[in-house]
Amino acid sequence: MTEETTPLIELRDVKVHFPIKSGLLFDRTVGYVYAVDGVSLSIRKGETYGLVGESGCGKSTLGRGLLRLVEPTDGEIVFDGTDVRALKGEAMRHARRRMQMIFQDPLSSLDPRQSVESLLVEGLKAHGLAGDKAETNRRLRETLEAVGLPASALSKYPHEFSGGQRQRIGIARALVLNPDLIVADEPVSALDVSIQAQVLNLLEDLQNERGLTYLIIAHDLAVVRHIADTVGVMYLGGLVEEASSDDLYREPMHPYTRALMSAVPVPDPVVEDRRERILLAGDLPSPSNPPSGCRFHTRCPWAQPTRCASERPELRDVVGGHRVACHFAEDIAAGRIRPHEVEVELVRPTDGTGPVDPPGELIPTP
Amino acid sequence: MSLLDVRDLSVVFQRRGERPFNAVDKVSFTVEPGQTVGLVGESGCGKSVTSLAIMGLLPKRGNKVSGEVLFDGADLLKLRPGDMRDRRGRDIGMIFQDPLSSLNPVIPIGVQVAEVLERHQGRDRKQALREARDLLDAVGIPDPQRRLSEYPHQISGGMRQRALIAIALACKPRLLIADEPTTALDVTIQAQILTLLKQLVDESGTALIMITHDLGVVAGLCDTVNVLYGGKVIERARRHELFAHARHPYTHGLLNSVPRLDSPRGERLHAIRGSVADNIPWTEGCAFAPRCDNVVDACLEGPPPLEPTATGGDLRCNNPVSEEVAAR
Repeated sequence: MTEETTPLIELRDVKVHFPIKSGLLFDRTVGYVYAVDGVSLSIRKGETYGLVGESGCGKSTLGRGLLRLVEPTDGEIVFDGTDVRALKGEAMRHARRRMQMIFQDPLSSLDPRQSVESLLVEGLKAHGLAGDKAETNRRLRETLEAVGLPASALSKYPHEFSGGQRQRIGIARALVLNPDLIVADEPVSALDVSIQAQVLNLLEDLQNERGLTYLIIAHDLAVVRHIADTVGVMYLGGLVEEASSDDLYREPMHPYTRALMSAVPVPDPVVEDRRERILLAGDLPSPSNPPSGCRFHTRCPWAQPTRCASERPELRDVVGGHRVACHFAEDIAAGRIRPHEVEVELVRPTDGTGPVDPPGELIPTP
Repeated sequence: MSLLDVRDLSVVFQRRGERPFNAVDKVSFTVEPGQTVGLVGESGCGKSVTSLAIMGLLPKRGNKVSGEVLFDGADLLKLRPGDMRDRRGRDIGMIFQDPLSSLNPVIPIGVQVAEVLERHQGRDRKQALREARDLLDAVGIPDPQRRLSEYPHQISGGMRQRALIAIALACKPRLLIADEPTTALDVTIQAQILTLLKQLVDESGTALIMITHDLGVVAGLCDTVNVLYGGKVIERARRHELFAHARHPYTHGLLNSVPRLDSPRGERLHAIRGSVADNIPWTEGCAFAPRCDNVVDACLEGPPPLEPTATGGDLRCNNPVSEEVAAR
């Protein structure tokens, strides 16, 4: 499936920072949410890149930033040789035909008052591809057939379909423009388990038939492992590990990836009874006030007194294309550093966004 | 005697001018003291409605509940509302899926934990708050003294779910019902909460009904698993038997359709075809028949009965997956 070719899309040190505004009359910027903070990755043509991470890690923002649905603050996005961030107006609109998106919740991403036909034609019109009526009609039918919907669906409305079918409409909408790259943000997480498999199989079939390139963003590691060739793990705005799907799951090297994988329940009691769990202490720190040094050091069971808190680790090649952002990846892999207890730190949504009122005492401390 | 004995529980939703809908259709199961029982199924299978019916939390109008829910021999469905209120929170605790919408946003966490103790155990506010602090500590909330006076929006999702568990366990109930307690949480937080639940259940001897769609959660936690489809129990087995030999085509298909972290990659997923919308009413046959690969003529002649299996479980199927295939 994967070809050894030049990357179709390449991100270099992409940053997306959202300003935090405050004040009544003047919008003072009091800080930034560092949603994506320096991510570099490349996706080859025909490849599936899976991006995993927990909520708030910036994976969706990265996907949107890549399509410039949110404007990146800094960095380069090179799509098929052209810098997407330098494109303006009309040129950007043309580039968008080749990069499409599938959203998580098919019901809220489809206009309830538009029929399927009008939903699909909308994109074609926007790109001036709907000139010939007969040709357009043929194209719509072909696309619907490709996603496994009957042609009679054209005159129906989103509410008349089940969740799985709606997601197929969402896929058809991206597909009808014949794109090269599809960014799918949590394409199956809103669906029931039995339907998830149908949609995942469909995505694979479409890739085989049309040579599509995917960026799949998901929180479900099993789903990403199943569909992706290369997997990137994000934590608090940065990539912490990147490797081929097989390598990553065979030997996760970053402490966060290890903890993440050990937390995923496996539907097999025999495995569940004897597997080891790495329980992470506490919650994700606030992306508006990320920890110094390695972003993960506050929760890392392998954190060391040197470097971890002071120096941000670069994503570096550790073994054969397996990239890890950890100062001590080799030592951990070789078992030279043992995990230790982590003191739970308080995390509150208000962290770093202004002064926090000291809570009053209900009972005097004894 | 079982702690909880649900017999032929049915819930029918009725709306004027529309056909009545059997959300739960003669569901029977038992929970022994200290046992963990799973109710598993996809959206619309009736798992949540079952739990709400047991707790007497369904709206008064628009539905008809029948059958028996025997808790310690007393039928909860026949209790007067006041008596049921006494039991709720004291004998049976419940944890809901979304901790933000099940906590009151304008009352401090400490008071929300304390009020259960005040209502059921007659503590005064001061004493109750002191106990609340210990409860928050027991569920792993750091700095519980400060948490007491904070509001739900000030703490993270995982902490909120812990607070909810503290409320449910405040009176040391003998039965705890957890309805998708980790669905709204990230996997690392889910692992924290599941470990906590397991530990609390083991320590206190509380029986637990775990309602979930996630077969992985069930695999690590439950003693007995009930698989629901279209409002009926279609398969019941002990945990190890169910995952090793799922006999019902639906259960078998469900297990085969989820990608697993520990299985070889590159295999195509075996999806179950169609969707719940294809179901036929149980009165006309097996509701799963239109999606089933093992369908035979008998499946369309009426609902198959729930029959005991050789391995001590129950199965509702005319043409189950053969032992060899089930063993994978």
